[in-house]
Amino acid sequence: MTDVSSMRPGGLRGLAADWASDQRSFKTASWGKAMMWIFLLSDTFVFAIFLISYMSARSSTEAEWPNASEVFSLHLGGADLPLALIAIMTFVLISSSGTMAMAVNFAYARDRRRTAALIFATAAMGALFVGMQAFEWSKLIHEGVRPWGNPFGAEQFGATFFMITGFHGTHVSFGVIFLLIVGNKVRKGEFDSGRRSWLCREKGDYEAVEIMGLYWHFVDLVWVFIFAFFYLW
Amino acid sequence: MTHATLPETDSPAPEHHGQAHPIRLYLLCWGLLFVLSAASYAVDYAQLQGPLRWTLILVFMGLKAGLILAVFMHMAWERLALSLAILLPPLAALVFMGIMLVESGYTLQSRVDHFATE
Repeated sequence: MTDVSSMRPGGLRGLAADWASDQRSFKTASWGKAMMWIFLLSDTFVFAIFLISYMSARSSTEAEWPNASEVFSLHLGGADLPLALIAIMTFVLISSSGTMAMAVNFAYARDRRRTAALIFATAAMGALFVGMQAFEWSKLIHEGVRPWGNPFGAEQFGATFFMITGFHGTHVSFGVIFLLIVGNKVRKGEFDSGRRSWLCREKGDYEAVEIMGLYWHFVDLVWVFIFAFFYLW
Repeated sequence: MTHATLPETDSPAPEHHGQAHPIRLYLLCWGLLFVLSAASYAVDYAQLQGPLRWTLILVFMGLKAGLILAVFMHMAWERLALSLAILLPPLAALVFMGIMLVESGYTLQSRVDHFATE
């Protein structure tokens, strides 16, 4: 296959040429990948609006905003560690992103065994993340945090916490389910079978793994913002 | 026609298959994300406050988001037509954020002026 992409102009000229070509604008991205990006863009707005409403609630209330550093501290080995669980969750999610990126790499090398193993490792870390999130929720609910009030300060704290982390956790959960589906297909060799399906156009087409990876990395990306604005700010 | 050399087709097949990059790059990115996460955690652990805290949080957040987008999500190797279509629209959310920041300042002032609890 000749590399057509090298014949295309790059930079701003390429931008103008791609969008003005009266054809599809995304020349090197398949429809599947382009549509995943568009979906992620819409999801970006959903999370952006959650974070903006959190900002509005927090900066318009007279009451003291609960100190996340204390609310989310964990009593470990006789000492209170601020944000301990959240920090562990962050590292777990980043690691799952790392294994996902390597799974994509091995998928394009058509190394089925390693790809499936890395996808399952990603799913396992995702499930671990959701598990820790569930623990965090139970702990806070036990301490009296409710969407309409909490013992630590401003009433809006509970509503924003449950809304934002709940929506993110839902994304992670669905990601885990889809990782298991794609991982299982890789393990069974469906992408090498030559049968066309909604995830596979031709024999050896492993792009579904990369598209799955885009979704997974996005979940990690959103967490970066939640971690910064909700837990650290 | 200058673009006659390009085999323009409307077929949905991608022009090249896959993103192949050395595994070292992903490991490096992974390592950097770990370091940056540890750094942002350290901001909280050291109990830094005020503008210094906010600046550091934003810097580490930006670097982490950039690494994930550019390397893990392969945005660095996509054509500008796709990158800008995805990266520019969220700027509207930033504008909205600015509007709501002004609005919540007004709400707070109204609350202080008219609904003082003391």
